[in-house]
Amino acid sequence: MKEMRDNFYICPKCDFHSRIGSHDYFDLLYDDQEYQLHFEELQSEDFLQWEDLKTYRQRLDAVSEKSPVSEAISVASGKSNGKKLVVAAMDFSYIGGSMGSVVGERIARAIEFCIKKKAPLLIISKSGGARMMESAFSLMQLAKTSALLAKLAKAKVPYLSMLTDPTTGGVTASFAMLGDINFAEPRALIGFAGPRVIKETIKKELPEGFQTSEFLLEHGFLDFIVRRDQLKSRLHDVLHILQR
Amino acid sequence: MVFLEFEKPLETLYEQLDKIKQVGSEGDLNVKPMIKELESKIKAKSLEIYSGLSGWQKVQLSRHPERPYTLYYIEQMCDSFVELHGDRRFSDDKAIVGGLARINGTSFVVIGHQKGINTKMRQYRNFGMANPEGYRKANRLMKLAEKFDLPVVCMIDTPGAFPGIEAEERGQAEAIARNLMTMADLETPIICYIIGEGASGGAIGIGLGDAVYMFENTWYSVISPESCSSILWRSWDYKEQAAEALKLTADHMFEFGLVDGILNEPLGAAHTHPEEMAQSFKKHIKQQIARLSKIPKEELLNKRIAKYREMGQFVVKEEPVTPA
Repeated sequence: MKEMRDNFYICPKCDFHSRIGSHDYFDLLYDDQEYQLHFEELQSEDFLQWEDLKTYRQRLDAVSEKSPVSEAISVASGKSNGKKLVVAAMDFSYIGGSMGSVVGERIARAIEFCIKKKAPLLIISKSGGARMMESAFSLMQLAKTSALLAKLAKAKVPYLSMLTDPTTGGVTASFAMLGDINFAEPRALIGFAGPRVIKETIKKELPEGFQTSEFLLEHGFLDFIVRRDQLKSRLHDVLHILQR
Repeated sequence: MVFLEFEKPLETLYEQLDKIKQVGSEGDLNVKPMIKELESKIKAKSLEIYSGLSGWQKVQLSRHPERPYTLYYIEQMCDSFVELHGDRRFSDDKAIVGGLARINGTSFVVIGHQKGINTKMRQYRNFGMANPEGYRKANRLMKLAEKFDLPVVCMIDTPGAFPGIEAEERGQAEAIARNLMTMADLETPIICYIIGEGASGGAIGIGLGDAVYMFENTWYSVISPESCSSILWRSWDYKEQAAEALKLTADHMFEFGLVDGILNEPLGAAHTHPEEMAQSFKKHIKQQIARLSKIPKEELLNKRIAKYREMGQFVVKEEPVTPA
């Protein structure tokens, strides 16, 4: 385990990038692992009185007991390579990294914070998509985050989008694909529809390597793929040039 | 006429009505009082059925095989319409149509999902499920509208964006995301109507606007009730429950403040009186264009972004939760 941690949770034998949490990315990116968390006070609420096999409330209570994060996205600010950087990182351990109202609101506030501070924004996506238990409110977060990103673009503040394993559904179809620069970790699953849904629709086997980072790079939807142990220095290179 | 399961009581009444009319045309029996009685029975039964529809029943009505689609409304409402094709990048998607339209001296750009009216056409239109080209065609038309200062009217009716290999290769997610960003700051009014099915990303991909209205018997949701059932209930059998849980009907959506209003449909839903529906739709579009065209551009855009900025429900905890 220690060997894994020292190696950025990349398998030393097969180079596999294990899924890591929001705080692992903060530790990896911020100088001396020093950063400040923001908007933690925003919490999900079961306002639709949702119930499938469980209630949404039960799911929220269960996840808050075991997950190290307070929502599917956490927002931090600090210095990376000596420069201001705001990072919003998703966490798959929180209801599959799904996007509900709180994810949308934290992103919206992160964007407004970036506009105010003129600090570049990095969003690290890792999500199964929109959160079903908030129904259309979740769907509207696609519009909300994209609308706020339009504002960020007008303010000419850089927005970098990193896609990690997995990024699918409403997250891919909104902020994850809207970076000034889009990039991914190696071999991540990235797509709009999930592979199972596609297979059931077209009733055919999916080609080898379909919907991987490498597939998206080949089809023109990513600027580059970056290994996790080179992420911080690559970010420095990009932001150093963008911000002169 | 095609009757859905919950409309069966009406089917019997309509059959009786047809028979009596037949009898009336054959002999000199005075059937007028009987016809009158049956017609008032039909009206009473219709009121009973359609005033208490469940979420799932509205989903079924939104998918009624005789329901009017985008091109029907365009044909009925517009004095002139020039359809424009293609995304200028790959091809012309048949599941999203669009073009230049004019109603009583008001010009605008219209974009909408299109389903087929028979088996062959349903295939041709890919059941209203667009590929990335459809969203990119829509994007091109929106930019055209902005350039010539024309308002945009979108008609949404899709079971979802198409989940296929080629759709992924050509960036379905990117196409939808790009449209959302384009629509957020397009410098011309955008009016959106859910005229049938409003399924998830495929719907909102042409659904961000200054004014969003739902027809009475439509739905708008993050996922279809069937898929929701299969994922959360792990079975396809809970679509009715899923439809209720999703609160996907127009009245819920309006109550939540996620849409701006509801367009009433004629008794028996849009497909029973399509011309009447088209007339009230036409009137509504004209009113909305007139209203939104008066708002200065900067104010329009600020209001549009502010509207979406406010969407979401959450609590603000006094004590910040400190994660472990």
